[in-house]
Amino acid sequence: MSELAPERFLPLPTRLLRFGLGLAVIVLLQQFVLPGINPYFARILILAEINVILAVSLNLINGFAGQFSLGHAGFMAIGGYVSAAFAVSAGPAVLAVLGASPEAPGPAPSFIVLCLGLILGALVAAITGLLIGIPTLRLKGDYLAIATLGFGEIIRVVIQNTEAVGGARGFINIPTYAGFFAVTLFMVLTLAVHWNLVHSRHGRALLAVREDEIAAEAMGVPTTRYKVLAFSIGAAFAGVGGSLFAHYNGGLHPNTFTFLKSIEVVIMVVLGGMGSITGSILAALLLTAMPELLRPIKEYRMVIYSLLLIVLMITRPQGIFGLGEFDPARLLWWRRARGAR
Amino acid sequence: MQGKPDQRNARGLTTALAGVAVLLAPLGCAKQVQEIKVGEYSSLTGDKATFGISTHNGIQMALDELNAAGGIGGVQVRLITEDDQGKPEEAATAVQKLVSQDQVVAVLGEVASSNSLQGAPICQKNGVPMITPASTNEKVTQQGDYIFRVCFIDPFQGTVMAKFAAQSLNLKRVGILRDARSDYSIGLANSFKETFASLGGEISGDEAYQQGDVDFKGPLTALIATGPEALFVPGYYTEVGLIARQVRELGFTGPLLGGDGWDSPKLVEIGGEAMNGHYFSNHYTEQDPSPVIQGFIQKYKAKYNQVPDAMGALSYDAARVLFAALQQVQAASPEEWKGLLATGAAKPEARRAAMAALRDRIAATSSFPGVTGAITLDEQRNARKPAVVLSIKEGKYAFVEQIAP
Amino acid sequence: MQEFLQQLVNGIAIGSIYALIALGYTMVYGILRFVNFAHGDVFMVGAFFGLFAAGWIGASAGANGPAAVVVVFLAAMFGAAVLGVILERFAYKPVRGQPRLNALITAIGVSLFLENAGILIFGADPKTFPELLPPANYSVGGVKISSTQVMTLAGSCLLMLGLNFVVYRTRIGKAMRAVSFSRDAASLMGIPTDRVITATFALGSALAAAAGVLFSMSYPRLDPLMGVMQGLKAFVAAVLGGIGNIPGAVVGGLVLGLAETLVSGYLSSTYRDAIAFVLLIVILIVKPSGLLGRAVSEKV
Repeated sequence: MSELAPERFLPLPTRLLRFGLGLAVIVLLQQFVLPGINPYFARILILAEINVILAVSLNLINGFAGQFSLGHAGFMAIGGYVSAAFAVSAGPAVLAVLGASPEAPGPAPSFIVLCLGLILGALVAAITGLLIGIPTLRLKGDYLAIATLGFGEIIRVVIQNTEAVGGARGFINIPTYAGFFAVTLFMVLTLAVHWNLVHSRHGRALLAVREDEIAAEAMGVPTTRYKVLAFSIGAAFAGVGGSLFAHYNGGLHPNTFTFLKSIEVVIMVVLGGMGSITGSILAALLLTAMPELLRPIKEYRMVIYSLLLIVLMITRPQGIFGLGEFDPARLLWWRRARGAR
Repeated sequence: MQGKPDQRNARGLTTALAGVAVLLAPLGCAKQVQEIKVGEYSSLTGDKATFGISTHNGIQMALDELNAAGGIGGVQVRLITEDDQGKPEEAATAVQKLVSQDQVVAVLGEVASSNSLQGAPICQKNGVPMITPASTNEKVTQQGDYIFRVCFIDPFQGTVMAKFAAQSLNLKRVGILRDARSDYSIGLANSFKETFASLGGEISGDEAYQQGDVDFKGPLTALIATGPEALFVPGYYTEVGLIARQVRELGFTGPLLGGDGWDSPKLVEIGGEAMNGHYFSNHYTEQDPSPVIQGFIQKYKAKYNQVPDAMGALSYDAARVLFAALQQVQAASPEEWKGLLATGAAKPEARRAAMAALRDRIAATSSFPGVTGAITLDEQRNARKPAVVLSIKEGKYAFVEQIAP
Repeated sequence: MQEFLQQLVNGIAIGSIYALIALGYTMVYGILRFVNFAHGDVFMVGAFFGLFAAGWIGASAGANGPAAVVVVFLAAMFGAAVLGVILERFAYKPVRGQPRLNALITAIGVSLFLENAGILIFGADPKTFPELLPPANYSVGGVKISSTQVMTLAGSCLLMLGLNFVVYRTRIGKAMRAVSFSRDAASLMGIPTDRVITATFALGSALAAAAGVLFSMSYPRLDPLMGVMQGLKAFVAAVLGGIGNIPGAVVGGLVLGLAETLVSGYLSSTYRDAIAFVLLIVILIVKPSGLLGRAVSEKV
């Protein structure tokens, strides 16, 4: 586990500088590159970024803590519906306080409404995760998987029958406050939180739980607490992904959040490598782009997609990067090692 | 030991990537032929594929007829079909691709209102006219002035069947079995409930199932215990056939009532004898001697070797309404027509203006002789046309009455 | 009271369908510790094989009766067994020995493949299964029971007994149990583990096909996605009963079927699935190894 050695401690000014630089890059991309690219590609890119958030947060539960959850779509739905409901019901009032018109709020007021809704959505998702996690995380393996799947389905059925959020018709006309800037910003924040978490003392405790729960308990790691912690944080960020999706897509529908959506995210995590953040990022990008790339073959595309999935699983059993993280420097080393062989 | 799997992995990946590359190769070559590009989004895969494929068949048939007859003013119409797997968010992606990548001048689709509701805002924002063949939820065309439909809206069919039940069949107590996952079913059930109650009838019970269920005896037993004279089952034929069988197995002898979701040759095939004695509202009747209807049924049978269902008929009409509007643009204004041509190198503003002109032509559709009735688009861009009530006798549909909007 | 008895009958009937599919799930899991996510789709393909066999012997043209039933069952089970062996050889064998989640994702890939290939090959529109036996409805004190309901219940019990016999009373069953206990040790004792695993898949797939045909006789509507919901419910039933436990699969199926029916009859049909899942979770929290599963003590 050498790749999980603690990061060197960086002084605060360096961190702030990094953050500022990153922010500047996103703003520049948003201002100068994005208008030039086709809205269709922009959509795929933004959906891929949302999938990155989902995959990385599920990786915390599945990959790092080793708890097999099949309920991620449920938390995503909670985040999406809560923040959409917030923006629709309380949004105009907030905008009025900020002195913006509800019809055409400027970028800053709408970003504030988005953030408020997103925090609320993430919070509700985290609390739900906590409530679900405490009783069910005693279960192991497939039993946990079924219990979480069940919760995901319960959430979907409840939404489907709640007329206030559109029910089976779907929640439509959600203000589209999230664009490339917001989604990218929150993706980077998600990555930073997860990266720092897994490289901290807590991250090593999670790994210990994954590798051997009994040994971890014997070493004084409060395993239940860590499992619940990972589960709630993962749920919260699934909620973040969901609320970004709601505010980007402008509409939500319970059929989006079936157990197949959860499985899609699990595939990203496994394909990227359990416990590899960079792997999850790449797998999320790849698996979002793949069905789109396969569009020209029409009705064969889902057949080919499924075959590619099997082939990838057979040829890359450890995921794209295995347990480790991707390091651009390693590419060079890899090629050299290859040539020498 | 370490080297071998590594090499195999590399080879596997290379093969996979090469496969993708080969599949994508045809993308690069664009032909320089004058044509009009029209987009379609349908659920060609996934759990609603049967509806999506019927829809696609209807559109394809209308397109083939048009192109075989020389297209529009000698220009062929090209259909670009995108699959949305029946998922709402995929529908939005598919429409976004059609609109911004393929630059289509009009969009046809979807069946499920929930999917149309995701695609419609994108069409509206980009000023691309969209005609939905079968999305019955009122909200769909409320998305903006570029969104049209050629089918009924939910309240209409529910009202029709409530009137039919109360006035023609003289029923007093009716139970409802709705599909809780389908907004179509919920819409019909709600309007039926309201109208039937206002006509002095009583709803004895209101139960639900989920699309994809196969056993309905639980809710059916509960409904039958409330003593209804008939059951209103506004679902799709995929479930209704089984529901009819099971309701008879439970000993209920009253009729079932339904909407156009029933219309498919599969209904009687699945339901068998249990399908006899029920009523549903539909767009047309096979017994209508009108040449439009008879010609459509014959051609559809010849082309696809099956009797058309409601989706096939509606999408055929949707495509023809669009083509008629395109023909009017071509005849009336060469300038705007040029803006619609795919290789006309039209400026974006010219294209937008041309699509706006196309929109106006669609909006002006009046008494269009469709298979599913004479289509007149009203102020709300909804089709106004009468519904017919059909009964099922010995596996055949029989005309009962026509109810005007 | 009569309504309640009717709901009990309904619940048992639908539960026996879940039980039928759950049997194959639980057998493969019990022996290989592998959740064969594609089981529901093999069930679908098996039903289609049955449909083709019925068409081939001309069942819809009146050539039906008990003999036709036997032919259809055997053809479907054989076809599915071959499919199971092929899937095992080309999809599951290469990932054997990998982490369990990999096998699960491969199974999901196989499941998606079968569904989408099914749409291409069989068509997306629903197909109708011919009536192999004349239907009959019985009324016992006002409670309606159909012959197909009796058949599915009898079928699932028979298959359960047959499976128990194979696993506990035959040589191959003994080998399967040995492999389940420890693959390495079994291999060292001279048991051809690869062949045993192949046989497990063949048997599991044949079970799925048998379930598919029985299912189609009760609910004569076939489509390429019919296995998704049924497979999921059956998986839940298998876990509920204690996954890997053969009688547990039947008990789990019946409990789930009864729960669903009673919930939809007396509480709320719109919230049926949600309430059924709540029940499932409560059972799992109270008894984490399922109804009939043995609690595994943690080794320290």
